[in-house]
Amino acid sequence: MASVRPAPAVSLNSDPVALASVGAARASKTMLIATAVMAAALAVAPHVGIYPVFLMKALCFALFACAFNLLLGFGGLLSFGHAMFLGIAGYVSAHAAKVWGAPPELAIVAGTAASAVLGFVAGALAIRRQGIYFAMITLALAQMIFFFCLQAPFTHGEDGIQSVPRGRLFGVLDLSNTLVMYYVVLAIFLAAFLLIFRVIHSPFGNVLKAIRENEPRAISLGYDAERYKLLAFVLSATLAGLAGATKAIVFQLASLTDVHWTMSGEVVLMTLLGGMGTIFGPVVGAFAIIGLESYLAGFGQWVTVITGAIFVVCVLAFRRGIVGELGAWWARRAP
Amino acid sequence: MTEIFGVPTQALFGQLLIGLINGAFYAMLSLGLAVIFGLLNIINFTHGAQYMMGAFCSYFLLQYAGIGYWWSLVLAPIVVGATGIVIEKTMLARLYKLDHLYGLLLTFGLALIIQGVFTNFYGSSGLPYQIPEELSGGINLGFMFLPKYRAWVIIASVAVCALTWYMIERTKLGSYLRAATENRALVQAFGINVPRMITLTYGFGVGLAAFAGVMAAPIYQVNPQMGANMIIVVFAVVVIGGMGSIVGAIVTGFGLGIVEGLTKVFYPEASATVIFVIMVIVLLLKPAGLFGKER
Repeated sequence: MASVRPAPAVSLNSDPVALASVGAARASKTMLIATAVMAAALAVAPHVGIYPVFLMKALCFALFACAFNLLLGFGGLLSFGHAMFLGIAGYVSAHAAKVWGAPPELAIVAGTAASAVLGFVAGALAIRRQGIYFAMITLALAQMIFFFCLQAPFTHGEDGIQSVPRGRLFGVLDLSNTLVMYYVVLAIFLAAFLLIFRVIHSPFGNVLKAIRENEPRAISLGYDAERYKLLAFVLSATLAGLAGATKAIVFQLASLTDVHWTMSGEVVLMTLLGGMGTIFGPVVGAFAIIGLESYLAGFGQWVTVITGAIFVVCVLAFRRGIVGELGAWWARRAP
Repeated sequence: MTEIFGVPTQALFGQLLIGLINGAFYAMLSLGLAVIFGLLNIINFTHGAQYMMGAFCSYFLLQYAGIGYWWSLVLAPIVVGATGIVIEKTMLARLYKLDHLYGLLLTFGLALIIQGVFTNFYGSSGLPYQIPEELSGGINLGFMFLPKYRAWVIIASVAVCALTWYMIERTKLGSYLRAATENRALVQAFGINVPRMITLTYGFGVGLAAFAGVMAAPIYQVNPQMGANMIIVVFAVVVIGGMGSIVGAIVTGFGLGIVEGLTKVFYPEASATVIFVIMVIVLLLKPAGLFGKER
């Protein structure tokens, strides 16, 4: 089977875990520097005239896309239903903050936990099939969650949960201040980003890549592929939930948009455009798509058409995505 | 009024009929998906959009050319099938050497484009399409009132499904197709033009979706969004049935339509989700699907 991801193949001639430490040290140094640059740029961004609300939206989606990429880019599993995790976490955290009066940190934890549980159930079901079926099953499960959210009383159907209080983080930081909120979102994003970075370069991440490359072989080496895939799925769902829960607090709203299948498509697009299986790709993709959407907000349905067109172009001519292409160009330039 | 399990028979049979109608569409669409998947190894996400294009095509034919329903049943599948062939030739053909998931992503993008364009010009409210004169009105069966058009939809879809089954399982062309599904390279070595067969198969599957669209136009109205929600349910139908067999796709389609109709009678809250719940149960008990084989 040809591979989904553009990342270099992991050789299975030696134990993948042993292989982990060799190239990783040098690569992760460059990556850490790049991460520091990204963090610095994001920390300054609201002070150089970039609208913080836009940045917060982009960061939530960047986290969502990174979580998704963990599963697709490194696990080789294309989930077409990731919106269910974003959406359910949003609803739970909004409900916790508004109805139960929970402080924001607890609301976010509650939402994230809900996604983790849902991720465990959905993952256990979906990994029973592979490839295209996996995608269809996740899509169908997400549609089921969508109908649940449409009908369940606590989600308020079409209205969603509105005017969710932002509250004070740890009772100290007043989140109604946009800049404070922004730095909290940035901190959450960076923490999750580093966690994903760490996971990818851990023995676990390497086994995951090995399973993606050649599942029967990984199994014959003694790895319980199902367990690794499930764990990756739960991790991805949890982080997607963290994005959704944070987003609900930031925008003080949890709505059906976040559970709809178009949202599942959107996160695929962000990852595809930015570069599947690259660390920074989903971040770049998320900023590009969110930027495009707010730029084209006045064009109504044409946004859907343009989104679709980007999909088609990416699949036909640009499969490595922005970061993947840059990386390939860099590799050619400096051998 | 007579009752069964505390439900008026009138309502029960009414919902059963609606279930059968929905089942007819599930069957036709999942059949097209299965045929395309068999040979191309691609899950055609555009299928819903192409079903919608079929309905729009019949609307256009009537509105701008005065061509009625019966000719639309023939013309719309050809026209939409031709656009499918263009898509296969220009785009899908480039993806066969890659992971199958790229096919899913490409067709998803195409679905967004098509749906976006139609929504842009025609909004999200439905356009009416008249039931043809010959089929308006209905028959009183004593226990229920059967609108003629709905009876026609069921009969026609069964006929189309049976015809497709016959073509694939019993004709020479079908045997080529099945052979190419098993081993493409070998069939090509025998001098059969497999790439052309793939193109035509895609066109045929798309045509089938468009045919379903024309049939749906008088029932559901012509609406740019009509395919989007349908396709996800059809995916679940395909997962339940497994894509191994043609008969499986047809039986599962009709069966699930009926189950959905019955759920509307006995437990309406679950009618939107029942098919997905069944999918979960099937995945737990028989992951390959009811008629599928693991491969």
